Order: sequence, then C-alpha cells, then structure tokens
Amino acid sequence: MGTIEARFHLERPGFTLDVDLTLPPKGVTALFGHSGSGKTTLLRCIAGLERTPGGYLAVCGDVWQDGSRWLPPHRRPLGYVFQDASLFPHLSVMGNLRYGMRRVGAVHRVDLDYAIDLLGIAHLVDRKPDRLSGGERQRVAIARALAVSPRVLLMDEPLAALDLKRKKEILPYIERLHDELEIPVLYVSHSPDEVARLADHLVLMDDGAAAAAGPLQETLARLDLPLIFADDAGVVLDTVVAEHDDDTLLTRLDFPGGNIRVARRPEALGRRLRCRVHARDVSLALTRAEHTSILNILPAAVVDLAGTDSRAHVLVRLQMKGTPLLARITRYSRDQLGLHNGLEVWAQIKAVALLD
Amino acid sequence: METLLSNQDLQAIGLTLRLASVVTLILLIAGTPIAWWLARTRSWWKGPIGAVVALPLVLPPSVLGFYLLLVMGPEGPIGHLTQALDLGTLPFTFGGLVIASVLYSLPFMVQPLQTAFEAIGDGPLEVAATLRASPLDAFFSVAVPLAAPGFLTACILTFAHTVGEFGVVLMIGGNLPGTTRVASVQIYDHVEALEYAQAHRLAAAMLLFSFLVLLALYLWRPNPKKG
Repeated sequence: MGTIEARFHLERPGFTLDVDLTLPPKGVTALFGHSGSGKTTLLRCIAGLERTPGGYLAVCGDVWQDGSRWLPPHRRPLGYVFQDASLFPHLSVMGNLRYGMRRVGAVHRVDLDYAIDLLGIAHLVDRKPDRLSGGERQRVAIARALAVSPRVLLMDEPLAALDLKRKKEILPYIERLHDELEIPVLYVSHSPDEVARLADHLVLMDDGAAAAAGPLQETLARLDLPLIFADDAGVVLDTVVAEHDDDTLLTRLDFPGGNIRVARRPEALGRRLRCRVHARDVSLALTRAEHTSILNILPAAVVDLAGTDSRAHVLVRLQMKGTPLLARITRYSRDQLGLHNGLEVWAQIKAVALLD
Repeated sequence: METLLSNQDLQAIGLTLRLASVVTLILLIAGTPIAWWLARTRSWWKGPIGAVVALPLVLPPSVLGFYLLLVMGPEGPIGHLTQALDLGTLPFTFGGLVIASVLYSLPFMVQPLQTAFEAIGDGPLEVAATLRASPLDAFFSVAVPLAAPGFLTACILTFAHTVGEFGVVLMIGGNLPGTTRVASVQIYDHVEALEYAQAHRLAAAMLLFSFLVLLALYLWRPNPKKG
C-alpha cells in the first residue's frame, strides 16, 4: 500500500503555502495549526479546489496531479466534509446522500446503507436539511461524503461550527469512522482536544508550512514545537481501563510504561481511553513525595530540556519506559533540582484530562 | 362598437404576447450564460461587459432603435448579410422586432440572474465538485434549482418589459398591423386618431396586466432570510 504524497506551492496575497508531505495511508492524520496557518488551504489543494501549478499529489500510488496533468475536483475519488453545513437545501437528506453516490457510476447501495448506519441518520432521511440540527447536518454531510466510496476522506474542521453539546453528540460518530474505516482521513482542526482524541498522526501547520509531521504521541512530545501549542503543550496517553475500585471510587488506567488512577470511569474494563496530560500539570521531584495529595507519581527519566515562550519556564521531556511525557517547570526549579539529561526523577501529575 | 376590444386591438395584444414570449425564451437561453459568466468571472472584462449589458437601462430607446436601423438597414453590415442570404432586410419585420427587443430587454434577464448566481457563491458548487459533479452537471443540478426564484423574477421582468416597450418598436417595427403593431403602438394610434374610448380600454388592459404581473412578482418573492 502506498502513501499520500503531497507537494504544493501556492502564492496568495500575504500568504504562501509551501509543503512537502508524506502521509500514512491509514488512520486519522490531523492537520493542526492556528487559523491562517494554511491547514484548510492544504486540504483544498488536495481536493483540487485550489489550482496549484507545479504541485504533485499521489494518493496510494495514483497520481492525481503532477507537472503535466491535473485532475479536476470532480475526478478525484475523495470525500470532503466542509466546515459549515454544506447540505444542498433543495434536496432532502436522502437526495443529498444520493447526489454523489449516483455520480460515481457503479452500484454502491451497500456503502450508502453502511454510511447511514455508521452515522446513525436512518430516521432523518426524509427530512429537508433546514429541519435538522447542526450536529445532524454534519453527520449527514459525513455520510454523504462516505457514500461516494472515497479513497481518502478530507474533513475541514467538521465540529468548528457546533457548540459544545453538539460536538459531544457527533464526536463518537467520528471516532467510529476512525475505528471502522479502512481509508485514510485527513482531519483539519485547531482544537488540541479534538486532535488528541481522534488523531493517529499529526501534521503541525505554521505559517503555510508543515512545522512537523509524525505519529501523534511522538510529535506532541517534541520540544521544538510547543511554541505552536503555547499553553496547551502536553502529551496524549493511550490507555486501557484496567481496574475499577469501588471503595476508593478510582479507576486504574494502564499504558506502556506505567499506570495512572483517575476518578471512577463508566467505561468497561478493557476499553481504550485516551487522555491528555498538559505539561503545565506535571511537576518534578527528586524523591518520591510521601505525604502528598497528588495521586499519580511516576518514575521517569529526563531526556531533554528546552526553553519556552516564557523566559521564566523550561520544558522538560521525560520518558516513562518508552512513553513520553512533558513537564513545564520554572528555570529556577530546574537549577534547584540540578536537572540534566539522564537524571531519574519523579513526575507528579496534578491533572489528567480524559477525552470524552 | 359591439365588443370591448376591436379585432385590431386583439390582434395587437396577440402580437404583443407572441413577441414577449419569443423574446423571453431567447433571452432565457442567451442571457443565462452571460449572467453566469458575469457572476463568476474574475476577468477584467467583467466591468465593460456588465456596462454594455446594462446600457439599455439608461439609453433612450430611440438611440438603440436608430443604430439598429442603421446596422440592419439595406446599407448596414447586418443588412448586407441578410440580403446576401436572400432574407431581405430586418427592419419593419417581426424578426427585426424580436432582435431589437432582445437587446433592449437584455438587462432585465441578465441582472436578476446574475444577482441570484452571485448569492449562491462558490460553496455549493465546490460541494458538488467533491461529490463528482462536473461543472455543467453542478450548474443544472445545484445552481439552477438554487437560483429558481431568480429565474422566475428574470423571466417575468423580461416578459413584462417587452410588453411595455414602445420607442424601439416604433423605430424598428414601424406600425404594420399583424406584423409589428403591438399593443403600445396601437394605443398610440388610437390617441392619434382621437379614439379616446378605444385607447382607454386598451390602456386599462395594459395597466391591469402590468400591475398583476408585478403583484405576482412581489407576492411570490421568497423569504430572503433562508437560502
């Protein structure tokens, strides 16, 4: 199986996109960055909605554009979910779902039923788009994009226009896409929480260029990038629900390299659960604190140190038997503790954000 | 005067409706691509072409009629062409009247359509493209349904405006019963002949027609809040 290779150079007044990326052919790749960083433009280039002479794009071995040819958007076998509700107002939900499916030629009924089922919209098919909630509209839009049997699914901040309640309603469906789809998903977002919850791979966009690209955990733990995340710097732990303790009302979550305990979770044992640990919520100690209210104290080794946007702070990269962790501490504390690469320390995790 | 309208009046009304129908149909076919281009182009030519399309709005009909007479007359370029094709000359024929009316009513078709197309924007067409619709397919399956109110407005305005024109008709068509004598000219004739009663009846019929058309337009205009 090939990869997605994308090379684009695009000049716009006051903005230049210049990327050369190789993206994995499976899983969710998040294109993350601030507004204006070029992540939506990159997605539009891949879809062919922006003309990029001299660009190169190959998806799993098929060249969609190079120096001599350029497939127009309607010839590219992709699905695109736009940021706003993009349903055709003159068609019913079913009319919208069938719009693309009818145009791909072959009979794809199975895919349509599958998409309707996956997004939980069977009860909506006879309605008009203006009778749907924002979340329902976006679910229909996702199903409509899947119904064309795309080779790659492009999602441009599908949750950005929704309020928190709608986001929570639709996120489980996007997670199902992640678990069930065989095709790669490129997911544009400026929300660290969404990225942490959904992505397997991460492309950090900054000022029209890809500042970094790689597997999620690894990339998040890089020290040269937190400027883009600013206060949101932190890592994602891929954990499994290991034990519920009904006396203490705590749940133990295991991950390669250790475990953490959090307030009792509703999930069944064995369920995978992602959580974020912000660098600002991790403090360091040379000895294991005995009398402390901090629940999660883990042994770790210092791997690297770097400055941050604040002159008073440094960022420490730690390893817990292969699982990376970031800590944001003051320069003063670094000197007091005499932190240096290879030092064994205790990481005290003050808070764990569970992504649900 | 046993009937309300004389045979000549009825003939003039029939001719008027025929002219307006033909002109509306021609402009629907010819004006739509112009409006589409004007709504979507980023070319420098958008300004000049838009101005030319709008010209009949401000030009005295006699100016347009005068130039058309020159161009389509025996000594004009189109006149030469039609004579070479053994078609005679166009002025003072129904065909000449249609051509003149098409030009004169052009902005009434193009401008509402252009506004409707511009209101749709790029979004729905990009969505259609990502759903495998070619540009032509997207035009008919997305742009036309979404612009339907604009099409209705444009057709009604074009039809009504053609019914109401006088100056160009008089210059190009003259006043030949059954061929070029439309209702507005017929009223003029009645007044010239001091047949005020007949002029009244025809004029009242035109007034009522125009009011009903515009009333229908304003009543049917859809709620602009939701597209």
